[in-house]
Amino acid sequence: MEILMSIIAGFLFMVGTYLVLSKNMIRIIIGTGFISHGSHLLLLTMAGLKTGAPPLLGLQASTYTDPLPQALILTAIVISFGVTAFFLVLGYKAYKVTGTDNTDGLRGPDLHD
Amino acid sequence: MRQNDIILQTTTKIVLFIILAFSVFMFFNGHNNPGGGFVGGLMTSSAIVLFMLAFGLETTKRILPFDFKLVAASGLLIAILTGMGSFVFGVPFLSHTFGYFTIPILGEMELATATLFDLGVYLVVVGVTLTIIQTIGEDS
Amino acid sequence: MFTALHFAIIMPFIAAILVPFLYKQFARIHTGWFVLIVPVLLFIYFIQYIPLTANGQTVTSVFNWVPSLNLNFIAYVDGLGLLFALLITGIGSLVVLYSIYYLSKEKEALNNFYVFLLMFMGAMLGVVLSDNLIVLYTFWEITSLSSFLLISYWYEREQSRYGALKSLLITVIGGFAMLVGFVLVYKMTGTFSIQEIVASAETITGHPLFLPAMLLILLGAFTKSAQFPFHIWLPDAMEAPTPVSAYLHSATMVKAGIYLVARLSPIFAVKGEWLWLVAGFGIVTLFWGSFTAVRQTDLKGILAYSTISQLGMILSMLGVGAAALHFDSIDNNLYIGATTAALFHLINHATFKGSLFMMVGIVDHETGTRDIRYLGGLMTIMPITFTVAVIGSFSMAGLPPFNGFLSKEMFFTSMVQITNLGMFNIETFGVLFPVIAWIASVFTFIYSMIIVFKTFAGNMHPGLVRANIHEAPLGMLISPIVLISLVVIFGFFPNILAHSIIEPAMASILPSLLGGNEQFYVNIRFWHGFSTELYMTIGVVVIGLLLFMSLRKWAGIYRLFPESLSFNRLYDQLLVTTENVSTILTSWYMKGSVRQYLMYIMVFFTLILTVVLFGKGAFTVNTTNLAPISIYEAVLAASLVIAALLTMFASTRLKAVIGLGATGYIVSLFFVIFRAPDLALTQLTIETVSVALFLLCFYHLPEITKGAKKVRFQPGNFIISLAVGVTITLIAISASSSKLFDSISSFFSEASHDLAGGDNMVNVILVDFRGFDTLFEILVLGIAAMGIYTMIRLRITGRNRP
Repeated sequence: MEILMSIIAGFLFMVGTYLVLSKNMIRIIIGTGFISHGSHLLLLTMAGLKTGAPPLLGLQASTYTDPLPQALILTAIVISFGVTAFFLVLGYKAYKVTGTDNTDGLRGPDLHD
Repeated sequence: MRQNDIILQTTTKIVLFIILAFSVFMFFNGHNNPGGGFVGGLMTSSAIVLFMLAFGLETTKRILPFDFKLVAASGLLIAILTGMGSFVFGVPFLSHTFGYFTIPILGEMELATATLFDLGVYLVVVGVTLTIIQTIGEDS
Repeated sequence: MFTALHFAIIMPFIAAILVPFLYKQFARIHTGWFVLIVPVLLFIYFIQYIPLTANGQTVTSVFNWVPSLNLNFIAYVDGLGLLFALLITGIGSLVVLYSIYYLSKEKEALNNFYVFLLMFMGAMLGVVLSDNLIVLYTFWEITSLSSFLLISYWYEREQSRYGALKSLLITVIGGFAMLVGFVLVYKMTGTFSIQEIVASAETITGHPLFLPAMLLILLGAFTKSAQFPFHIWLPDAMEAPTPVSAYLHSATMVKAGIYLVARLSPIFAVKGEWLWLVAGFGIVTLFWGSFTAVRQTDLKGILAYSTISQLGMILSMLGVGAAALHFDSIDNNLYIGATTAALFHLINHATFKGSLFMMVGIVDHETGTRDIRYLGGLMTIMPITFTVAVIGSFSMAGLPPFNGFLSKEMFFTSMVQITNLGMFNIETFGVLFPVIAWIASVFTFIYSMIIVFKTFAGNMHPGLVRANIHEAPLGMLISPIVLISLVVIFGFFPNILAHSIIEPAMASILPSLLGGNEQFYVNIRFWHGFSTELYMTIGVVVIGLLLFMSLRKWAGIYRLFPESLSFNRLYDQLLVTTENVSTILTSWYMKGSVRQYLMYIMVFFTLILTVVLFGKGAFTVNTTNLAPISIYEAVLAASLVIAALLTMFASTRLKAVIGLGATGYIVSLFFVIFRAPDLALTQLTIETVSVALFLLCFYHLPEITKGAKKVRFQPGNFIISLAVGVTITLIAISASSSKLFDSISSFFSEASHDLAGGDNMVNVILVDFRGFDTLFEILVLGIAAMGIYTMIRLRITGRNRP
């Protein structure tokens, strides 16, 4: 399972990177979303999967899964939401101001020419 | 967002309160079971987003006349003040405490200062999400 | 403990915060009157320390700042620190008073001016009163910064900006070298406290880092004190308003370097290199400054070079004073006199140069020019200003009966005596010290005469535009008169300073010479008999007068130095070259395309991780202990891959977003399987909100395929992204296969109920154990929301937009 999840995480990274490297703004933003999904799964996989009950003491289990990566990922999910929203609005505003959503069209005036 | 979708609106009217109630449950449940400020806050905001989609921004603004920026700011303030509260007792920033109290009707309950901090988180999440959605939605 | 002493140091900063409000609230009262209270109170406060330090006591109070890093705000008052503190607050009071009349409250941005000035005052107090080197460095850089802001106070002027930048670059580079030097000292001694370092000074003299540390610290001191060849920033700094020049660039800030040299003398001065460097640079600066001052035509330019040369003089005396350390006691120790002279001249210089600057400010204010080619004949019109100029200049030239005469005599004494030291090869070039000192004094004499006679004597220049020139208002004259009275008083009664100020300060510079209860005994005498020094002074006056008379005949020698070889030219060239080279270098790889930068990042990321992974042999696959794969998980994984591929090749934005959303929901299902209910819930709701957000934005954004027919497959990008994906997979496999440490999660399962009263460990970690992280996280969220709000609502109405 860990190996499979590692491959899945790597795959998500690959898709994300591929999208990020394109010129279209929406694809770039969506790409960042993929990368954050990939890193969340990566974090979870690193800690070992299904090693015990969910981290709720009310379950009275003998072993629990590691709660720390989960707390980290929870933070990461919320932050990546904020960042994605920010990116999205940045791209949207840039499109409205410059009239293009191609990142190559967004270069500032070249100062040193 | 000018659609007039009867099915969506009717469903929203019912579902909205279920989601809201569930989100409050989630929030208070968070200390001992899955849930907490983040999930609760997100759920509340998704309920309101649903409402926005169904009835439009104008209606939402009339019914919920809050400035969501202020909601987020007050959430941050609550979180920080909770943290500073520990100074009064001479312990480091953000130290929490809890106790079990017996309250009439409800019976024995656990009250924790961490819940106050979580309330701050809840308000920030609601405020931030709705500020974002509202700003984008209003811009045309 | 945070004591009154700490409060005294930060009081100017607090006052600086209040200034803008006062400026706004009381527009009719000149803001300077409020500001004046601060230095006056501080001056009175510090005077109370005189009896303490005069008895050889010191005051230390510690405020723990970052104790874990050994950084404590230790305020330390001893003779040397107090001398400077009194200088800063005393001259500060006079300068603020003077500025009230110099800067018009109608025309000038007084709030800025006084904020910067108070910032400087506080920082300077911090420099001289803190015992911790890092704290000292912090305040040191604040003085550079406030000096920068004050020089560029009239920032619309090209010259002001140029001068400000120059001073900042030079002093900050020096300051940075000094920081490195401090770190080296820390390496040697293990402490940042100056007192502790002094206590262990003997143990580090042989250390290999000793000399580098000394050189770096001296570089900081020399740049700050405008020593040759770093002096070039000071003349350009004269673009600042005159009160600033009088305060920062002659009386206090430029003496920070001298303070540092004096303060660290107990650590470094035993080495011969110290003596040679400090005295050598000092004497060269003395000569070059005085020599160059004569050719200046701007009164402030003359004073700037004069300040440079006088700073050199004080430093050379401090350097020579280091020789005293090689004699065991204070009896019959000839070289102590040099240190005495340095301190005495430090005070004297502040008095006469401060008054001269204020005098020039008055002349400028009343006539509208500072150029000696257009000035002249002001003697009868401005008698008080003229008196100030005469006394100040004569004191600077070293004429009796003013204080400058005394310190000049003592300077000659120490320069003559150093030739007899008989150590450190002083017999080789040592003889140059008195010779250069004498020549420089001749030039000092000449420019002092120029200041007085070219401005006030002779006839008024017809080109002088102003019609009714008159004496300055009384308020403007108070400060220079106070200073000039001190020049006279210290001239006749030099010993009022000896016991109270100079002796304790010497104890700080040369502590190792004092046994048990000994104290330095300083007695400055007016009349030495017909000694070498007196003949030297007489020679200076005679030759100086002759040269001053025949100035026009020999002024041609200045043309022998081509302008293109000056240090200023070097600085300008260096600046331009650096800028060009870095532009070329930067534009070589910064092409302005985000895609390319991302490629750099990704390729670098892949390379460094794989190299480390395989280079260190960290890649391991451990197939024991793996969780089993059930059919659901296989299906989920397959659908995840399909959803991701769909997005990758989606030709419409809707498809792409649906693909992303599907991926998000599948990830949340994975969280369910992996026993992470909180994550699953959060992911589920956040995905919903995100999709709504994307859809909202799509009302306004164009299709992906806009402009192009279809999304083309990019093999180059694919190879890079494949490499990234493989790297991540490899890392993930090795990370889950190897176990270097035990997990700390057992702590949470044990403690979360008992310590935090919660059963949901994830939530307890978020709100309690790692509450700080969460606090910052919601702060980030808030910032993102504010950013989005301003980005959308902000209507750019700047001047870039029609």
